[in-house]
Amino acid sequence: MEYHLQTPLKIDDIEKLNAGDIVYISGEILTARDEAHARILEMKEKGEELPFSLEGAVVYHCGPLMQKNGKGVREEWKVVSAGPTTSGRMSKMTPPLLKAHNVRAIIGKGGMKNVSESMTDRCVYLAYTGGCAALAAELIKEVKTVHWLDLGMPEAVWVLRVEKFGPLIVGIDTKGKDIFAEVREKAEKVLEEMKK
Amino acid sequence: MSSKISRETFIRSIADLLRKAEIELPDDVIEALRKTETREEKPVAKSQLRAILKNIELAKNHGVPMCQDTGIMIFFAELGTEFQSGFDLEAAIREAVVLATAEIPLRPNAVNPLTRKNSGDNTGIGIPDIHWKLVPGKQLKITVAPKGAGSENMSALKMMNPTETGSIKNFVLETVVSAGGMPCPPLTLGVGIGGSFDKAARLAKEALLEPLDTPMNKFEKEILDAVNALGIGCMGLGGSTTALAVHVKTAHCHTASLPVAINIQCWANRHASVVFGGEK
Repeated sequence: MEYHLQTPLKIDDIEKLNAGDIVYISGEILTARDEAHARILEMKEKGEELPFSLEGAVVYHCGPLMQKNGKGVREEWKVVSAGPTTSGRMSKMTPPLLKAHNVRAIIGKGGMKNVSESMTDRCVYLAYTGGCAALAAELIKEVKTVHWLDLGMPEAVWVLRVEKFGPLIVGIDTKGKDIFAEVREKAEKVLEEMKK
Repeated sequence: MSSKISRETFIRSIADLLRKAEIELPDDVIEALRKTETREEKPVAKSQLRAILKNIELAKNHGVPMCQDTGIMIFFAELGTEFQSGFDLEAAIREAVVLATAEIPLRPNAVNPLTRKNSGDNTGIGIPDIHWKLVPGKQLKITVAPKGAGSENMSALKMMNPTETGSIKNFVLETVVSAGGMPCPPLTLGVGIGGSFDKAARLAKEALLEPLDTPMNKFEKEILDAVNALGIGCMGLGGSTTALAVHVKTAHCHTASLPVAINIQCWANRHASVVFGGEK
C-alpha cells in the first residue's frame, strides 16, 4: 500500500501502516542525530522546555550539508545534500525519546536494534535510501529554522519543509513488525548453516 | 617537459579532484550498480537501487555531492623520486581541502576525538589523512577517497590465531551480518590479510580502490557468494545483492600472527585520481 501523510502526524495516521508499505510525507520534519538526541533527553531530565515541539513530530536521522547565502537579515540557509544517517547509533536513545515525547515517525536508514517494543502503538520507523542525498534535497522545499547550531552543522536540529518526501519504506510498524530484524535473523540463520 | 608545477595550480587541481570524487562515481561502480538493479527481483530492493541510480544522476547533473556525508579525506599519494615540486605538498593538500570544503561545499566532518569540537573545515590533527609511497619516476599520482562514517563504523579488525586461516571467511560474514543495512549496501568489501595490526587495515582500505570489474580470484569469489547468500540486500531490506565485490590484499606477517582487517565501503565507492608531472 502507498500512503501520503501530512504533518503533524496523528496516531490514526500511523496505526494503519504496515511494515513494507510505501509512505510520502509532506509538511515539517526535524533533523536530529546523536548530539541532539542526547540534549533532548538531558533537557527532559532537568525538566527544561525544548525550543521546538515534538508533538506528532517526524524526526529525521540526518546531518545535512547546508550552505548559508546572503548576510544579515537576508541571510538564509539552503539545503545542498541531505540524506539519512545510520539510525543504529540512535538505538539506545530512541526508547527514552519516545517515552518523553509524542514523536510519531522516525526517518532514517539501516534500521535500529531493540526498539520495536518502544515503538508499538506510538511510532513508525520509515526507511529512506541511504546515501540518496541529492534526491532528498530535491524534496526539501525550505529550511524553516535551525536550533542548536552550537552542536555543529551535522548535529544541529534543522526544521525543514518537505513535499512528498519519499518513497519511504515502513521498516518498523506500530504492531511490532520489524523488517530489518527479520532480515537480520534470517541472515544469522543462513550463517549458522554455512558454519556447519 | 618540466615536471614542475606551481603551488596555486596544484591546490586548484586537488580541490577539483575532491569535487569530482564527491559528485561523480567511477564508471565501474555505476556499471556494477546498474547490473545489480537489472538482476534484482525483490521489488523493495529494486526500488532502493533505482533511487540510488537516480541520485547518482541528479548529483552529477546538479553538481552537488551525492551523499551528505561527504566523508573525511583519505589521500593516497605515489610520489616519483624525481618529481620536483619546490613547495610543501602536504600543506598544499590541506589548503585544497579547506578550499574545497568552502566552495563545493562539503560538510565539515572533522572533530576533535575527545571534545568532539568541529574544526569547521575538514582539517585537524592528522586530517586529511595522507599516505605517501615513494615510486620511481618523475610523476606524482594523487588519489582521494572521501570516506563516510556509516560504512567505516561497521569495519572490523581481528588479530586471528595463525591456525585460523580457514575462519577468515566466517569473520567477514559475521562482520557483514552484524552491520546489516547500516553501512548502506550494496557494499564493496576490502579485506587486508597479514602484515601487522596497522598494515592489515591499510591493505583493506587500499583494496577498496580496486576497480570493481577487476576479476576476483577463487577466494574472493567464494566470500562474495557467501555474503550475497545472506539475503541482507540493498539497504538491509532483504535482497539478492549485499555486496558488489570483495577484494583481498595480503602481506607477509609474523609466523605467530594473522591480522585480518575488513574495511566496509557503502554503494558510493567514491574515489578519483590525478597525475602531475610529464613523462614517467
